[in-house]
Amino acid sequence: MERTVMMIALFAALIAVLGLFPSFMLFSGVPVSAQSLGVMLAGVILGPKRGALAVLLFLALVALGFPLLAGGRGGLGAFVGPTAGFLFGFPVAAFVAGLVTQYLRRVDLLLSASLGAIIGGVLVLYLFGAVGMMLVTGLGVTQVIATLSVFVPGDIIKAIISGILARSLYQARPSLVLTRSV
Amino acid sequence: MLALTIETRTWMHQLPAWAKLAGLAAMTILFLPITDPILVAAFLGGVSLLYASLGRAAMQIALRQFRPILLIAGVIFLWHLLLGDAQAGLLISLRILALVALANAVTITTRLDDMIAVVTGLLAPLRRFGVSPEIFGLAVALAIRCIPVLLMKGDTLRMSWRARSPRRPGVQTLFPLVLVALDDADHMSEALRARGVLSPKQEL
Repeated sequence: MERTVMMIALFAALIAVLGLFPSFMLFSGVPVSAQSLGVMLAGVILGPKRGALAVLLFLALVALGFPLLAGGRGGLGAFVGPTAGFLFGFPVAAFVAGLVTQYLRRVDLLLSASLGAIIGGVLVLYLFGAVGMMLVTGLGVTQVIATLSVFVPGDIIKAIISGILARSLYQARPSLVLTRSV
Repeated sequence: MLALTIETRTWMHQLPAWAKLAGLAAMTILFLPITDPILVAAFLGGVSLLYASLGRAAMQIALRQFRPILLIAGVIFLWHLLLGDAQAGLLISLRILALVALANAVTITTRLDDMIAVVTGLLAPLRRFGVSPEIFGLAVALAIRCIPVLLMKGDTLRMSWRARSPRRPGVQTLFPLVLVALDDADHMSEALRARGVLSPKQEL
């Protein structure tokens, strides 16, 4: 129990720290923050339930008023803005990423975690993000997809990075990768 | 690391946290779909008056929190302009700004303890499944304590990268950071167990 609570708390902290990490530029000039990488990692390492709980704890910190979202945003305002859909999608993304990774436990972790992160952290997350943006902004599907599509390549790269990180972690500390050890 | 709550006491600080949160939820649901220019203007005026009554410190925080949203609001406006409906674009952008500002007004006038108390109260039904709602407060405290520690360790990792390489530190410092974070979790969970903070029967 102590270990579970601690891992969830530390992953929530890690998602926050990755958002404050200096964002790196993609070759296309689109700024990419590492925050959603933290969400993907929470899923592929902690598994569906605990990963989603870690993300929920991080969102709770944001809602409680800590400016922890990438770019120093925070507070309840973030949950009603145009990108609120992504926030609501975060825990679902981690859950699905963990579920896929756990389901493919016989496949090499690099592959299963990358795939989990792409399905959960890109496909599912963008579905929530796009629907949220359509609801808040009144724009149509085409405009929303055109606006969001510039960020997709960066997120696919992040999904693969999370797969690489998950496998390295599994080699270094097998017991910490809960999607494999349970 | 500082929370967004402002220290100067305002009349909104006096209200109970649950009332502010319930009011915010109601207002958000009410005003999210409106497109009538008069209603949007009234809403915007109301939120502006609210901030005026909260004082200068509140307005400064509101403006700082606005910067990234202004950019997105601009993009939304441009899209509507392209679609030939500038008025809708303006109304929707203003409505988003007002909604975000209203939510932030609750955030900056509510203390962290009071917010945590509301969430713990909402989690009370969990007791039935053998999970004590106080775990939430503990997890929040642990995570908040760990953020500056992890930030410092990330800085150390990037500094040692710079000492060894002419290139800028990039994703290569991520793996040791994740490893350090999880090792810390292991050590701290032992410390928690030794102190018997949580009952051993519970499992998440």
